[in-house]
Amino acid sequence: MDDFTTPEDLFKKEFGKMKKAGKDYSKYFPVVIIAMLIIMFLKGGIYSIGPDEVGVIQRFGKYVRTTDPGLHFKFPLGVEKVTPIKVKKIFKEEFGFRTLSPGVKSRYSTKQYPQERLMLTGDLNILDVRWIAQYKVKDPVKLLFRTRNPVGNVRDLSEVVMRRLCGDYTVDEVLTTKREEVALLAQEQLQTLLDIYDTGIKVVTVKLQDVNPPDKVKPAFNEVNEAKQEKERLINEAWEEYNKAIPRAKGEAHRTVSQAEGYSLDKINRSQGEAERFFATWSEYKNAPVVTRKRLYLEAMAEVLPKMKMKYIVDPNQNSILPLLKLGEEGGTQ
Amino acid sequence: MKNIIKTILVVSLFAVVMLFFSSMFIVKETDQVVITQFGRPIGDTIATAGLHFKLPFIQVTNTFDKRLLEWDGDPNQIPTRDKKYIWVDVMARWKISDALKFMQSVGSERGGHARLDDIINSATRDVITRNMLVETIRDTNRILDREVQEESTVTIAEEALERITKGREKLESEILTRAEEIVPQYGIELVDVRLKRLNYVEEVRKKVYERMISERKRAAEQYRSEGKGKSAEIQGRMEKELKLITSEAYKKAQSLRGKADAEAISIYAEAYNNDPDFYQFLKTLETYRDTVDSNTTLIVTTDGDYYKYFQTAQ
Repeated sequence: MDDFTTPEDLFKKEFGKMKKAGKDYSKYFPVVIIAMLIIMFLKGGIYSIGPDEVGVIQRFGKYVRTTDPGLHFKFPLGVEKVTPIKVKKIFKEEFGFRTLSPGVKSRYSTKQYPQERLMLTGDLNILDVRWIAQYKVKDPVKLLFRTRNPVGNVRDLSEVVMRRLCGDYTVDEVLTTKREEVALLAQEQLQTLLDIYDTGIKVVTVKLQDVNPPDKVKPAFNEVNEAKQEKERLINEAWEEYNKAIPRAKGEAHRTVSQAEGYSLDKINRSQGEAERFFATWSEYKNAPVVTRKRLYLEAMAEVLPKMKMKYIVDPNQNSILPLLKLGEEGGTQ
Repeated sequence: MKNIIKTILVVSLFAVVMLFFSSMFIVKETDQVVITQFGRPIGDTIATAGLHFKLPFIQVTNTFDKRLLEWDGDPNQIPTRDKKYIWVDVMARWKISDALKFMQSVGSERGGHARLDDIINSATRDVITRNMLVETIRDTNRILDREVQEESTVTIAEEALERITKGREKLESEILTRAEEIVPQYGIELVDVRLKRLNYVEEVRKKVYERMISERKRAAEQYRSEGKGKSAEIQGRMEKELKLITSEAYKKAQSLRGKADAEAISIYAEAYNNDPDFYQFLKTLETYRDTVDSNTTLIVTTDGDYYKYFQTAQ
């Protein structure tokens, strides 16, 4: 039984030990302080750079190095300072409009920016242009140290370039055919200017969004489009008419020709038939001309005479036959 | 006694640390520093970034930016040489090239902006008023020189057809040159001047809108009349082709009929020539059959063959 220790006994024993040790805590005090200092030192010295960033390190204000994504160490206590710069991210600036909240159905600011949007074209007209510029950081060191306001540079120079380009194109070109050309040139020229300023920014793209004639002039522009449509319509209608008439006329022409061909066949066949009939009759007639002639005559008379309505047989010596006749009385047209 | 020594030690240590920190200063990569001693500048401008030292307390650092700085003017209403009033909005970029001079002559960036306002605005006004409107808008003569690919019905306004000799970029550099000459005395370097925005004043804009509307109306009218013209052309062509088709058919038909008639004539002639008298006899009888009907009245004398037997049996 002596060897047997209950859990309670064990607990008491350990508790006693701990109490004893507690008395010696003061001796660890400096160690704890040093440890805390080390932790603080490390905490100020370790920094992490996100996957889309680089860190620009300045020692006493002077640029010393650029670090890649990951965990890194620097001198703490304000000796080295790190500025993370997002180099992968593509930034966007909008001109003539502002997106309030992007999304499936983006909301746009109702505020108008006429000063940004309206520009003069080369044919001295006014055009309402909205566009965007996308850019990213090409050189974080230049970005931080060469110009004070990189975004301001992008905005100002974008406007400079876009206006200069629109000044070299006509309203119609910017509206329709040369849209892409203008955007492409704007991108190139914007990049050139940003490089001259040493901004460390790379222009990803410049895109024209809505390009419109000013509101007051819009109806007139629409009228031109309508007139174009009307022109097409008139032409189509005329062709329709043409297509309706010509094939029909061609068909009718064929009919006329075919009818003539029919006529000639008919005519020739008839003549040949009649000629043959005559030959046949004639060849028999030659054998007995006198009798045949008389017979034919009498047959014809027998056929013809009964058809007549009135027959007057007069003596050749009778001088005037007119009194006998009441011409027109019954045999008139009615 | 021991306590006093301890206190002195602590105080002097504190003073040394203070002195040390006060004599040390940091120049950032973006800055340049001028050291002054009781207002008097000491030494050159420090433009290299890093840790630097100075005399504590009596020397003071004056920090200036060394990056490219912005300047954006207010829009100005300026007439061009051809008396067109336009709003001109200019932007510029500048640098503090001589921090010492800058500090002495202008003091601060705010002061620098005030100077630049005066200088750039007046240079802009000078250049714009000396040039035609088209010079400020266009950069090249592209519009006049381009080859018009598609037939454009919208004609360009007369005033826009003038050739330019300089163009916008040239004007910008003229403004820059004028302003550049003046600014070095302020320790400023003017890097770039650009015409940012340029617009008609309200009254001119209204007139331009009116002109644009009338141009478009004219174009619309042209399209309409082109449509009508083309339609009439097609109609004319149709009528011509119709006549051609029917007349050709008629021609062919007539000639076919003629040939057939001719052939029939020759066939008849050949046959009947054998005995013209008999033919005449036969044909006459035939026509009697055809021409006599119930409306016919016959008056014959008894001289004729048929009725002669009324008079005599011989």
